[in-house]
Amino acid sequence: MKNIWKKFTTAISRFFHDDAGVSFLASTLAIFAGILFSFFLMLAFEPSDAFRGLSIILSAGFREGMSSLGNVVVKSTPIILTGLSIGFAFKTGLFNIGATGQLTVGAFASIYIGVHWTFLPGYSHWMVAVLGAIIVGAIWGVIPGILKAFFNVHEVVATIMLNYIAMYAVSRMVQDFVFESLKSESQSVHPNAVIPKMFLDKVFPDSSVTGGFWLAILAVIIIYIVLNKTTFGFQLKAVGHNKDAAKYAGINEKMSVVYAMAIAGALAGLAGAVIYLTTSGAHISTTYILQPEGFDGIAVALLGLSNPIGILGAGIFLGYIKVAGLYLQTLTFKKEIIDIIISAIIYLSALSIVFKSLGRWLVKIIDRLNAKDPEPVAKTGGDE
Amino acid sequence: MNYVIEMLNITKDFPGVRANDNVTLQLKKGEIHALLGENGAGKSTLMSILFGLYQPTSGTIKVNGKEVAIRNPNDANDMHIGMVHQHFKLVHNYTVAENIILGKEDTTVGFLKMADAIKRIKSLSERYNFNIDPNALISDITVGMQQRVEILKMLYRNAEIMIFDEPTAVLTPQEIAELMNIMKEMASEGKSIIVITHKLKEIKAVANKCTVLRKGKYIGTIDVADTSIEQMAEMMVGRQVLFEVDKNPMKLGANVLTVENLTMTNKDQKQVLKDITFSARAGEILCIAGIEGNGQTQLVEAITGLKTNYQGDVWIHDKNISNLSIRNRTLSGMGHIPEDRHKHGLVLDYNLGENMILQSYFDEEFQHNGFLNFDAITEHTNDLIERFDIRCGRGEKTSSRSLSGGNQQKAIVAREFDRNPDLMIAVQPTRGLDVGAIEYIHDQLVKLRDQGKAVLLVSLELDEVMSVSDRILVMYEGEIVANVNPKEVTENELGLYMSGSKRGEL
Repeated sequence: MKNIWKKFTTAISRFFHDDAGVSFLASTLAIFAGILFSFFLMLAFEPSDAFRGLSIILSAGFREGMSSLGNVVVKSTPIILTGLSIGFAFKTGLFNIGATGQLTVGAFASIYIGVHWTFLPGYSHWMVAVLGAIIVGAIWGVIPGILKAFFNVHEVVATIMLNYIAMYAVSRMVQDFVFESLKSESQSVHPNAVIPKMFLDKVFPDSSVTGGFWLAILAVIIIYIVLNKTTFGFQLKAVGHNKDAAKYAGINEKMSVVYAMAIAGALAGLAGAVIYLTTSGAHISTTYILQPEGFDGIAVALLGLSNPIGILGAGIFLGYIKVAGLYLQTLTFKKEIIDIIISAIIYLSALSIVFKSLGRWLVKIIDRLNAKDPEPVAKTGGDE
Repeated sequence: MNYVIEMLNITKDFPGVRANDNVTLQLKKGEIHALLGENGAGKSTLMSILFGLYQPTSGTIKVNGKEVAIRNPNDANDMHIGMVHQHFKLVHNYTVAENIILGKEDTTVGFLKMADAIKRIKSLSERYNFNIDPNALISDITVGMQQRVEILKMLYRNAEIMIFDEPTAVLTPQEIAELMNIMKEMASEGKSIIVITHKLKEIKAVANKCTVLRKGKYIGTIDVADTSIEQMAEMMVGRQVLFEVDKNPMKLGANVLTVENLTMTNKDQKQVLKDITFSARAGEILCIAGIEGNGQTQLVEAITGLKTNYQGDVWIHDKNISNLSIRNRTLSGMGHIPEDRHKHGLVLDYNLGENMILQSYFDEEFQHNGFLNFDAITEHTNDLIERFDIRCGRGEKTSSRSLSGGNQQKAIVAREFDRNPDLMIAVQPTRGLDVGAIEYIHDQLVKLRDQGKAVLLVSLELDEVMSVSDRILVMYEGEIVANVNPKEVTENELGLYMSGSKRGEL
């Protein structure tokens, strides 16, 4: 028994001695803290429903079997992409608050192509629609990139302004080009323009899941490779960490900023396509609302510590919590209270950096426990 | 014995490091006591304990024979302990007097008693021949004068024990001589002085006693008069040190770097480079000497392409590189050890391996179709670690931030030397390094010169200028004011050129 415990703690301590391990531990702790806090909130607002609320939050993704899990996938797909957009920008030293604007223009491009370009045969229709969203999103990202690189305009200011420009312009253009006047929203796209299910409907029946999830996974893999394996990523990260040293090394630090914002914009644009190229009745309404997925992406990027794999996990977690919010409505909680509870979880989760020191401390304690054992740590974990 | 300060058996632990290990320092009234040691020997930690910035882990401090606890700098002030930091703590758009009274303002019903303060500052200034105008703005006076303001600050607060942290690093030879006179004067009046330094000549010139630290450990306290410079160096480093740089006679080749009529104007329309023309030949170490801020930085920025707002031409061999990008200049055969290793030299968040390929990641050796070749990077880094003796905990995975200053510099030197450039621009390559590392980097520069490369060395340290270079250009206010041979010039003469009081033949 003692032996098993020791092996277990040794394995854990080895994993968490890695920086990636500490990060993972920190994010997990943050999530637990968030859920615990939400429980106290529920106790405060509706004590009688608090325990049922907690159980819903924990089990939301499985309440109705695979279809619930399918909803998690639907909710998480766009925020994985916006999280990736923001995380990628973080890695290159930029704070892309503009994911929501890039998403909006991308969404409009995909809907416009999806509605009007019916001359495109078969599968090529949705592919072109997705590509259009990516390109338009990239262009929307390039604008603050150029302003930052060549005119020294801070990207936070530029992207916030572009968010509003995107929101009002798209609202106007929806009315001019793709308007469904009965419902006061954008028209539905042609069936050919809907992203196919790509077998996901077999796994998650009765949900509006599309192959967009695969596109998000593909984006995660590509961004991971670009950042970690290529000279291009090496340049972008060098500029992000230390602009002056990058310049010294002959890297064109101005163009790097532009490229980085183009890629961030493209990812957010893709998120727009993924939301609207479905059959589930997602339409751009003409009311003036900034798309929340763009901001959820900030939380996802922070929780995932800007690591593409971390962002994938964080995005799925956030999608899960959002589905939990839907189920919480079956209890007596008011909608606003639910929003507060969900926000509290996200808020605390995004503080994972704070938990990093706590994680290191835990690792130290595990080490100390192990050190009391006669056999040294290193030996158990020796060369296999 | 009547010691004014006794630090007995001081030990200070930081997480994972013992910065001071059972160190003892005893200071008599009217004594100038040098604290000698390499970087990281624990000098600054010890003085920070005395000044109340740190608390010792164990050990006792006695002031005038009474055991005391110094919890913060205010306590230190109350005990009449003052400190001049290496980087002055002055408000640049305040006057001398305002800076001196800052934090110790005397008022009547809320109004400053400025006239009284100025009177007192004037009398202090006259007593020590400081020759300082209390109403001058800090930004208008020289670095040497700024240091005097710092000293006045201590005197104004009635400091009896004065700590100087590397006081001569920023001064000209003349200013150093004056500072030493001031110190001796103050000591003769009964003030006690501790000087933190690693410049042995200055200890010899001014100090009575010298306490030596090495790697946090107390090595000993000696009478300066009875000890030679060589003996002190050996105590500090732990082995014998060669002071003369060994050099073969130089074999001059063709011009490698040619600078023609280089002029640069800064944002305030001030000419920071004025019509600079010179060339550096293969097989020579050409040194640009001068006091900090006389255009050396801008000259290097223009040659390397970090700044492009200049007129004039820069040539490498027969190639005009004035309009080339930084990358293309580098590829034309230029190596650059930058002035600020944290700002330009390294990406501190990258590990050692990534920093080793910073100038060559695009090379076929390290990438294929845009994908980095990690095996090649590891091999390359391990090779450099071994050849250049970079001390690092985890090989190529070592975070650059965790390396010591000397090893960070070695890493940059390794990267730049390994690219085998025809022209090596080394800007203050030994700044802040200890004797061992300095010796090493000088050797490397000489080796490069012997291989028939051109070395452009920019340095503020006169010792370095005199011992390493084959030819010296002195810069003053953006101009080259002298072109001299180190064998035919004295340090004193060089100081006159540097301070603009004399011009030589070009």
